[in-house]
Amino acid sequence: MTPALDVLDVTLVHRDGDDVVHALDHVSLRVERGEMVAVIGPSGSGKSSLLAVAGALVQPDSGVVRVDDQELTAATARTRSRIRRERIGFVFQSGNLVPALTCVDQVRLPLTFGGVADPRDPVELLREVGMEQKAHRRPHQLSGGERQRVGIARALVGRPTLLLVDEPTAALDRQRSQEVVALLQREAHDNGVGTVMVTHDRDVLHHCDRVLEMVDGRLTPAGA
Amino acid sequence: MFLALRELWFARGRFVLMGTVVALIALLMTLLSGLSVGLAQDGVSGLQRIPATSFAFEQGVSTDSAFSRSVVGDAQVAAWQAQPGVLSATPFGNTLANARTDRGLEIDFALFGVERGSFLDPDVATGSRLGDGNEIVISRTAADAGITVGDTVILEPSGTELTVVGILADQHTFGHVDVGYVPLRVWQEVRAGVRPGDVVPAHVYEEFTAVAVEADPASPPDLAAGDAAAGTTSLTREQSFAASPGYSAETSTLSLIQVFLYGISALVIGAFFTVLTIQRRHEIAVLRAMGASSGYVLRDSLAQSAVLLVASTAVGMALGLAGGAAIESTPMPFALEAGPIAGAAVALVVTGLIGAAAAVVRVVRVDPLAALGAHR
Repeated sequence: MTPALDVLDVTLVHRDGDDVVHALDHVSLRVERGEMVAVIGPSGSGKSSLLAVAGALVQPDSGVVRVDDQELTAATARTRSRIRRERIGFVFQSGNLVPALTCVDQVRLPLTFGGVADPRDPVELLREVGMEQKAHRRPHQLSGGERQRVGIARALVGRPTLLLVDEPTAALDRQRSQEVVALLQREAHDNGVGTVMVTHDRDVLHHCDRVLEMVDGRLTPAGA
Repeated sequence: MFLALRELWFARGRFVLMGTVVALIALLMTLLSGLSVGLAQDGVSGLQRIPATSFAFEQGVSTDSAFSRSVVGDAQVAAWQAQPGVLSATPFGNTLANARTDRGLEIDFALFGVERGSFLDPDVATGSRLGDGNEIVISRTAADAGITVGDTVILEPSGTELTVVGILADQHTFGHVDVGYVPLRVWQEVRAGVRPGDVVPAHVYEEFTAVAVEADPASPPDLAAGDAAAGTTSLTREQSFAASPGYSAETSTLSLIQVFLYGISALVIGAFFTVLTIQRRHEIAVLRAMGASSGYVLRDSLAQSAVLLVASTAVGMALGLAGGAAIESTPMPFALEAGPIAGAAVALVVTGLIGAAAAVVRVVRVDPLAALGAHR
């Protein structure tokens, strides 16, 4: 079976005037389906750049990126948009929910983009993440943890191959952080979704199958 | 529309505020449209309801004063009758006159002199058609002012007396003055300032304002060829409206106001959606990161502005129609017509959409990377 994500020798360079910063410096990463990988590291080390490249938001300067069997590196903007729609789920900091939408509409939203062949039932998904009682509430009526749960349900509704998670516990207390990451782990394992979670929070790492560390654009096993 | 409708409802206070501005512009457009049509009717309805397709004036006469300066004669009528494609050509006289009735009602008339039995001789709704004597058939609006069949109209200063024999079905006005149809001979005497009892020189009965031409719709005449043969300058009936006193100035002023309102509407809508789009940048970045195409976000934003524009224009127009109905019952020249109002509504929505499109097109430039909060 093809891996959920295959990053091969990827380089991403930021230019700031005469300065050149290697956000990703010959990074390789393979994430299997159902596997949950955490990426830790200091601010500015390149963690979010890795998510951006893996999520088809940015084209790397060199190297190859594949999600499922789709190569992103040579894809057009339109194709990358389609791949994000069909193969990739994003969980953002603080949920990044749309203020006008109720929880159930948040989960329905990606289905309105089109292209999802076999979506999950939004109401059932909300029940699975423990939010069915608040399905008709809007983001401002939810706690930080609840917003993240809805964000996770939204990311999973299209049955993605790959789940990219950006600092999911940044605005949560310790208990809520544990609950949210445990939920991510359960969904990844139960649904065969390869998951890459970028985090500063070392207290949630025990939920992950692998922990990698990013330092100055280089990815190494944590503690190596 | 999934997101557009929900955002309209969620931020209804903000959108109602914006919609109120559009509705007020639509209200103003409706009232301006009514005023525009009313003024046009007041200026040229007498010409609009004449069955002539063109008028042949004195050669070289200035268009804006053709009805008051032109003098033609029977030779021109004969020349036009001989033109191919002309069903009929007949003398037409036009002059303004001050008058009062025998009951003391002061009124001004645009006197249209026509030959009895010609295609210009009008049908009446009340009374009888023009005879050969000193008779006048008046516009419905003159009857609304208090003149009735059987009244005597006394022209000033000549003292010529005309008996009201018929009333036309509709408003017939020219230069904001009620039209009165009189026999051509009577019109020629009035124009020459002949007083009752005066000896009338023969040339008075040889002159009139223009030749009214009725074209064959199947093969209309070549006006230039007709003018060359008759020694005249022709204007189509619609072109002759410009010869009505004040008509061009009034219509161009109102048109300019309407054009400015369309521009203001586009700018207001554009500014509103520019601010809204800037406020939604992060939300749009999240949508695009999740896989929404630029087209999806663009369509959604435009649909939102279309719903806002159509709804608020409808409300404004409805208020304008209600207010216009009240104004119509006053002497103010005001007339509500479906065509111009529908045209104004469509133009308002289209210009508003252009303004919105110019604003929301920036959504395609939103970088989905901005959805990742920590990304540089």
